[in-house]
Amino acid sequence: MLEVKNLKAHIDTADGVVKAVDGVSFTIKPGETVGIVGESGSGKSVLAHSIMQLNPKPPTFYPEGEILFEGKNLLQLKEKELQNIRGNEIAMVYQDPMSSLNPVFKIGDQLMEAILTHQHMPKSKAKMRAIELLTDVGIPDPEKRLNAYPHQFSGGMRQRVLIAIALACNPKILIADEPTTALDVTIQAQILELMKSIQDKYGTAIVLISHDLGVIAQMAEKVLVMYSGRIVEKGSVEDIFYHTSMPYTWSLLRSLPQIDAESRHRLFNIEGQPPNLIHPPNGCNFHPRCPFATEQCKMVDPELTKRSANHYAACLLSEVEFKEGKKRIENAEKEGGLKHV
Amino acid sequence: MSESLLEIRDLKMHFPMKQGVFQRTKNEVKAVNGVSFTVNKGETLGIVGESGCGKSTLARTIVGLLKPTSGDILFEGESILQYNAKEFHRLRRNIQMVYQDPFTSLNPRMRAGDIISAPLKAYNQTDNLKNRVLELMDLVGLKAEDYHKLPHQFSGGQRQRIGIARALALNPKLIILDEPVSALDVSVQAQVINLLEDLQEELGLTYLFIAHDLSVIRHISDKVGVMYLGKMMELSESESLYKNARHPYTNALLSAIPIPSSAREKKRERIVLTGELPSPSEPPSGCVFHTRCPFATEFCKGNVPAFDVDEDNSPGHYVSCFYPMDNKREEFARQ
Repeated sequence: MLEVKNLKAHIDTADGVVKAVDGVSFTIKPGETVGIVGESGSGKSVLAHSIMQLNPKPPTFYPEGEILFEGKNLLQLKEKELQNIRGNEIAMVYQDPMSSLNPVFKIGDQLMEAILTHQHMPKSKAKMRAIELLTDVGIPDPEKRLNAYPHQFSGGMRQRVLIAIALACNPKILIADEPTTALDVTIQAQILELMKSIQDKYGTAIVLISHDLGVIAQMAEKVLVMYSGRIVEKGSVEDIFYHTSMPYTWSLLRSLPQIDAESRHRLFNIEGQPPNLIHPPNGCNFHPRCPFATEQCKMVDPELTKRSANHYAACLLSEVEFKEGKKRIENAEKEGGLKHV
Repeated sequence: MSESLLEIRDLKMHFPMKQGVFQRTKNEVKAVNGVSFTVNKGETLGIVGESGCGKSTLARTIVGLLKPTSGDILFEGESILQYNAKEFHRLRRNIQMVYQDPFTSLNPRMRAGDIISAPLKAYNQTDNLKNRVLELMDLVGLKAEDYHKLPHQFSGGQRQRIGIARALALNPKLIILDEPVSALDVSVQAQVINLLEDLQEELGLTYLFIAHDLSVIRHISDKVGVMYLGKMMELSESESLYKNARHPYTNALLSAIPIPSSAREKKRERIVLTGELPSPSEPPSGCVFHTRCPFATEFCKGNVPAFDVDEDNSPGHYVSCFYPMDNKREEFARQ
């Protein structure tokens, strides 16, 4: 349904060109959930905004690539044609429920605006639809709540309203950019359940962007791991979590504290900081922080290569080298850093 | 090792809500409403809870930034609330704090070296000042050439290191860490947590570690306290709390956390809480958790549960609930 081909989104700044998204390809099929995971600055939000064509141009420009939605290249559509897709066929839920609603308009007006922009219907009918949407996202007493202002809602409730607005026109794709990051865990659980039930009901495809590997494991079927503007590994949830084939994903998983760990051991240290995207390192972007890096990694930029049916990873190491490297690190940890209670 | 360093007794911190021309007190926000616990020397007590549960207010009360409404705080057996300004000044060098946001807790116009030396100057320890600062910077993994840099030249993780060096400057006995890693990325978070563990081992520090992330708390803490709406719901050794949580709220919190492993994620049973946190200015009657508790009865609405321990079955495991979930887990799963 949606196909992103070798997309590059670069941003012109006073210090040079930031390669925020640098050659990303993936597809989304109807009704599936794709998780995009990465640290801050890895380009996940720029990628999401590129699909919606919401990055300000300039300074953002797209030197290469295509975003095909039902055969149309979104990068070449006119603003007016984009308006028909944005919010109507592809909708977005933002991270911060505190600042993405307009504080001076009532919830009902904001919901009806979304409905009336894309659908021709009398206001009374739009109001009925708004009530229906609020019921769908689990807001009690929806008729009364239409007249409430955003400040009268809690964070979790506002996120529900944002989801309702996104669903207003039955979009085919829902892009959720860190939808639960600002929420408490118990509220996060509620919102994730809600997104799942909405997907079951309407068959919406969801692109879920998050830095939280736990949220991704719970929600997604397909996972893209991003690092410094590129996809470094993609595959099914099982591939990513159990057949991890590249050092970044592996180190990231090991650096997480485990809630159900049997013993307490030292967290894995990924040395250093994510790279500067104006002057990315030569060769593999991850090599300065990679515990497995070889001389070759400093020169050659790895491409995504096939590991199994739908599993791709960008790493020069062969399967055997990676396995031996893991063993080496695990042994070193056992001798040195392991700390049991 | 089991010598008590900090003891909190029935601490209450209520903020008056003033209204009208005469600023009369209309109501109170009961941010911390009767909390008691002890932190022993050399151990880490983790305090966990959702936003608005009063964990940060608790930290600010202990370091003396707020004056509690009632209750007592004992440091090395002495009540610190009776201290005069001079005595308090002497005490404060032993209790230091690391703040949540590395972007706003450092003065943007001060250089890293000056930030770290500020507490030393406040206590007139200016002999060999620069050497001491460089030593501290080395301890937390900063380079000597960072001495003259300004905060904006550092990344989030490095800024948190500056904050930790500043807290260590006076060789404190207790460090209160208020969400020290929640603003950091996963890979950087691991670096800071490892650093904190190394420092504790090297310097024999005691930590009061406040966070909302249960996995981080489990990783770093010896003992864990769970707060809800200004009250302590459950307090115990970390192992016992995570393997055998007795309070329904703790169970709900634990089951709400997504685990980064799809197989284990699918196996788990969930308690999804309905509703939201009630306002701390009008806490529910009886047990404060009864409005969201899936197991609440009429009795819970009218009576406040004591913070109690079952010494026979689970010693040292305090819980504030009429129906702790010891044997009922399977029973409820069946229902």
